[in-house]
Amino acid sequence: MAEFKLMKGNEAMAEAAILAGCDAYFGYPITPQSEVLEYLAREMPKHNRIVMQAESEVASINMVYGAAGAGFRTMTSSSSPGISLMQEGISYIAGAELPCLIVNVNRAGPGLGTIQPGQGDYFQSVKGGGHGDYKMIVLAPASVQEMADFVYLGFDLADKYRNPVLMLSDGAIGQMMEKVEFKPYTRPVVDKSAWATTGKPKSRNRNYITSLFIQPERMEVHNLKLEEKFKQIREHEVRFEEINTTDAEYLFVAYGLSARICQKAMDIAREKGINIALLRPITLYPYPYQRLHELASQVKMMLSVELNSGQMVEDVRLGVNGKVPVEFYGRMGGMMPTPEEIVHHLETLIQYHHVN
Amino acid sequence: MKNNNQLEELIVAGFGGQGVLSLGMTLAYAGMLENKEISWMPSYGPEMRGGTANCITIISANKISSPIISLFDSAIVLNQPSMDKFAPRVKPGGILLYESSNIFKPSTRTDIEIIGIPATTEALQMKNAKVMNMIILGAYLQLRPVVSNESILEALQKVLPEKYHHLLPINRQALERGESMVLALKGQLVN
Amino acid sequence: MSIDQHILPGPVPVLNLPPCHTEEEYEMVYHKPSTMVDTTMHYCPGCAHSLVHKLIMEVVEEMGIQETTIGVAPVGCSVFAYDYMDIDMQEAAHGRACAVATGIKRLMPDKYVFTYQGDGDLAAIGIAETLHAINRGENICIVFMNNAVYGMTSGQMAPTTLPGMHTTTSPDGRDVSYYGAPIKVAELMANLPGAFYVTRQSVNSANAVRRTKKALLNAFKYQPLHKGTCLVEIIGNCPSNWKMTPVEASKFIDEEMIKTFPLGDIKIPNAEDIKIY
Repeated sequence: MAEFKLMKGNEAMAEAAILAGCDAYFGYPITPQSEVLEYLAREMPKHNRIVMQAESEVASINMVYGAAGAGFRTMTSSSSPGISLMQEGISYIAGAELPCLIVNVNRAGPGLGTIQPGQGDYFQSVKGGGHGDYKMIVLAPASVQEMADFVYLGFDLADKYRNPVLMLSDGAIGQMMEKVEFKPYTRPVVDKSAWATTGKPKSRNRNYITSLFIQPERMEVHNLKLEEKFKQIREHEVRFEEINTTDAEYLFVAYGLSARICQKAMDIAREKGINIALLRPITLYPYPYQRLHELASQVKMMLSVELNSGQMVEDVRLGVNGKVPVEFYGRMGGMMPTPEEIVHHLETLIQYHHVN
Repeated sequence: MKNNNQLEELIVAGFGGQGVLSLGMTLAYAGMLENKEISWMPSYGPEMRGGTANCITIISANKISSPIISLFDSAIVLNQPSMDKFAPRVKPGGILLYESSNIFKPSTRTDIEIIGIPATTEALQMKNAKVMNMIILGAYLQLRPVVSNESILEALQKVLPEKYHHLLPINRQALERGESMVLALKGQLVN
Repeated sequence: MSIDQHILPGPVPVLNLPPCHTEEEYEMVYHKPSTMVDTTMHYCPGCAHSLVHKLIMEVVEEMGIQETTIGVAPVGCSVFAYDYMDIDMQEAAHGRACAVATGIKRLMPDKYVFTYQGDGDLAAIGIAETLHAINRGENICIVFMNNAVYGMTSGQMAPTTLPGMHTTTSPDGRDVSYYGAPIKVAELMANLPGAFYVTRQSVNSANAVRRTKKALLNAFKYQPLHKGTCLVEIIGNCPSNWKMTPVEASKFIDEEMIKTFPLGDIKIPNAEDIKIY
């Protein structure tokens, strides 16, 4: 039988990082994810790995840049305000094509906001955040188990595409405890010798890590190369979960914690005879536009539920492309909708669209 | 659809330092040892620094959907603000267990079972104020046997660092004390 | 002579010169280090960067550490340092070189890691990263090029701009009451326990170049000791932005710059700490 441990999402993520062979972690304390640095400060030295509390998030992301550029498996984590500080470094990392894992345990904003859970960093995560044309693969865990599983997945995808991967969690998933199983993991063999700065032997030309291409002609070539990579990612890495879609007339679209709340709302609604399903995007970039497009031929209405003012709903609408109404319900400020509240909103919407 | 034996949604609330979070966590751990699905969602942040604290603990035979809920099958409240806040959120037919040496104005609802036990006073008599939460837990498990006492003790053994293992016997006594207090109360009610 | 006559090439005169010497007939007294890429640099005439690049690469060549050296280039005029230095390098975001170097060095403690940073990069936007790296005693060498202006963006005021010095953003001269006094980076950083060797040099004369080379050699040689950070501040000539000829720029350093930035060692290691050398 599988061996389970009871852990906070943040701790499960930290433990998974060790098991995934993370060579170095650089971070800076911020609620609600300080457990990650605390856990790794305690455990990483036992494995002869590097853990460092940097002077700022700006420094930690640049330490990640250095270590990743030298070919090491490297990560950092933070929460919303800290992730904002990292945007410069993330843009450079994407531009220089360095594989690394960044975790955002999303809290509510803007500004200092509050330490309670939020999903207000959706746009920042999937539409850019930093300057320039780049994309991160964005994974959205909805359980403590996924907080662990997506660390392995994240590192592997980062290596596969030479691209930063962001795990977009939230304060609730990070702080809550569930049982978690650390599954056996085999790390894919990746040869980084063609680009990693490990010291130049006589046998090869020098490697250099840079995002600078001052001649427009060369910069565009680099941009096109990145775009081709993002196209590959869009074609091969879309991940989502769907529940009860077979007979569905309505559809919840939600990720992370919101998807968990919607699952409960779905149970309540179905007891009331509303045939509603849930589509949970697991990758927020690339986004499951195609599946939403297909479901738009089946359901009468979709409702995007988020802990923000309505961000992912724009992507749902892109996928649906006007075929059926796409509605939004959200709470902000660290407040969370209750399942009952969502069902109430759903019923109102169904009535509204029926009337019209 | 929700069979009470299949799913228990519990809130534990009180002051920081009363053992609110560890009560819920011990229960969750015991649930895991019994191969149940569990989730434990704490309030976090400034509450950790001496204010109020609460945690939602869910134990279920099936996969748990939302770890955050607004209505509860049971509530354990250890101070008056928590009583005021959470008593209205117990589902009809649910249980409200409170610490009666701290709370003087319990809820007046009649559609739920309300039980108060003076666990703090009792813990002081046992010469260890910290086992108050275990007395409460023992009482709760008597009312809602969602996990066995054995699992709780096994969970404590795993949760407590080795250097505190000499405290396992007093924790066991506390659990049993809580159990018998509830039994005594129920006996009075029957008589 | 009209202007046209002056610039149009006339017929090439046929000169009656003795036959050329073959290579063997010459004694090699000076060569470009093999650790440099054979290419034309983009630096202005009289700029200190090309010279200091060469000095660093001479040190790398002489120590035989080309295979174990990783450099970090900044944002500034020397952003293309990796085009000239034939070693593995990383280009860092503006000011973040010391954080990047920390990431490299912590993972590969046996490699030689250095940053090459200008005064805008190190002393303005990156002073936090620099100070904390030195405070942690990162075993890296920081080469700090101080020319008192932002070179790449064409001559704006830097934290190191001299009092009264004219720049494009201090057109009436740096007003110390408004912008504060120039930051003396070497003196400031030498106060940190993590700093192992701190010196300030220049490259405006042959002797100065020799001293700077020696300082860089020391800074690299101390790295395997794992005793802390070495900071070599170099007062660099920037004739273009100082609006001077290269000769005037060299004089300006002797006559003006060193009043604010006196040359010499500021913190030297205890004899005991370096006795294996």
